[in-house]
Amino acid sequence: MKKKEVPQDESQLEKANIKDMVYAVDENGEYVTELSTGWEPKTIALDNAIKEIEERVEDAKKRVLEHKTSPIEYYMELHKMDLPILASYAGMWQWRVKRHFKPSVFEKLSLKTLQKYADIFEISIEELKQIKNQ
Amino acid sequence: MQIDFTHKQSAHCENGVVSNLMRHNGFEVSEPMVFGIGSGLLFSYLPFIKVNYAPVFTYRAMPGLIFNRFAKRVGIKVKREKFSNPEKAKARLDENLANNNPVGLQVGVYNLIYFPDEYRFHFNAHNMVVYGKKDDDYLISDPVMEGVTSLTTKQLEKVRFAKGAFAPKGHMYYPISFPEKLELKAAIIKGIKHTCRDMLAPAPIVGVRAMRWVAKNIKKWPVKYGAKKANHYLGQIVRMQEEIGTGGGGFRYIYAAFLQEASQVLNNSKLEEFSKEMTQIGDAWRDFALEASRIYKKRSGQTEGYDSISDQLFNIAKREEAFFKALRKAV
Repeated sequence: MKKKEVPQDESQLEKANIKDMVYAVDENGEYVTELSTGWEPKTIALDNAIKEIEERVEDAKKRVLEHKTSPIEYYMELHKMDLPILASYAGMWQWRVKRHFKPSVFEKLSLKTLQKYADIFEISIEELKQIKNQ
Repeated sequence: MQIDFTHKQSAHCENGVVSNLMRHNGFEVSEPMVFGIGSGLLFSYLPFIKVNYAPVFTYRAMPGLIFNRFAKRVGIKVKREKFSNPEKAKARLDENLANNNPVGLQVGVYNLIYFPDEYRFHFNAHNMVVYGKKDDDYLISDPVMEGVTSLTTKQLEKVRFAKGAFAPKGHMYYPISFPEKLELKAAIIKGIKHTCRDMLAPAPIVGVRAMRWVAKNIKKWPVKYGAKKANHYLGQIVRMQEEIGTGGGGFRYIYAAFLQEASQVLNNSKLEEFSKEMTQIGDAWRDFALEASRIYKKRSGQTEGYDSISDQLFNIAKREEAFFKALRKAV
């Protein structure tokens, strides 16, 4: 890539004032570094990945309201986690966390366990129990 | 307390931390040099491990390996510490800062508040330097940022004890002993040979064989998984290739910069030619990303598009195979 061809497309990085450093060749064929505000192909890839997560969050929310899953799954998706990551934060086996997705099991969870999840998601137990206000 | 530390932005966090810590200790080593000697360049495909619901593709060596190899090859000793207790981790950090010793930290990205939301994924192999403390704020030199920044005690503890794959466990590291003079020549040759070996390895998950495996699978994705998932996978490849820290073209440009610098250190003009070829291979990776983005932009899923980028990837694999076979003989 030539230095003058380093893309300066719009991206989410701009608002955080971060620029991407890339390596490119100058007129004399020497390698130099240049800052880039973004490149469209990767911005689209990132946007799609974000949309994918938003769809997962919406889907989880719908299933919570239909009593098909517990709010834990909703908050897991909201925090861009998956089961292995959440289990790692909770310090529990994955099957146990998955069991807590069952609304009937969730209702019977001890305060201690609820507090654990609430701490992970940085919310109160009340917020953990109902997601309607979100 | 604040240590007199020069922050310099780099493309990749791990090379950047090493390069900045080296400069602090009186050794000027560029980012591409660290990357090349540490044999950072790679391609790997791990279809059985999923991150963000897509397979893992990586264009670089495992976190931590680059610094370890670099240190071994130039004769530096690195001290690494991990902690199970956040209190102890904090105490050891404060002790080092009090001794005027800036340290490297491995951290998780998800809770790094100075990153934009869109970039905050559960990725646990980010690196930064802590060079001081003011009241409750730790002074941070994050190599991917233009300037320095800071995190509160609580914020720093959170990123040091992020959970999930590659959990940092408070991982802290810093060089403790140096040779009198940095001997780069032998280290460069070792680094290059190692990269050639990795890229030509007779295993399906690394090097040019892994590229061919991905190229073969890409063709099957739209039929096997449907358009949506296939596009998601394709997007993951491009993100891993072009994300912050890669320097563009899946680290190929950083490697080309390394070969250029190495050609001067070793007085070997052939390496300059290899640098040019690696730049063109980097351009081929960029073309690949551009073509891929044309497919997932539409979010439909035409199979012709997939066939054509698969061919593109086969082509890159062929070029890299020839490249590393020839490079191995040139040093």
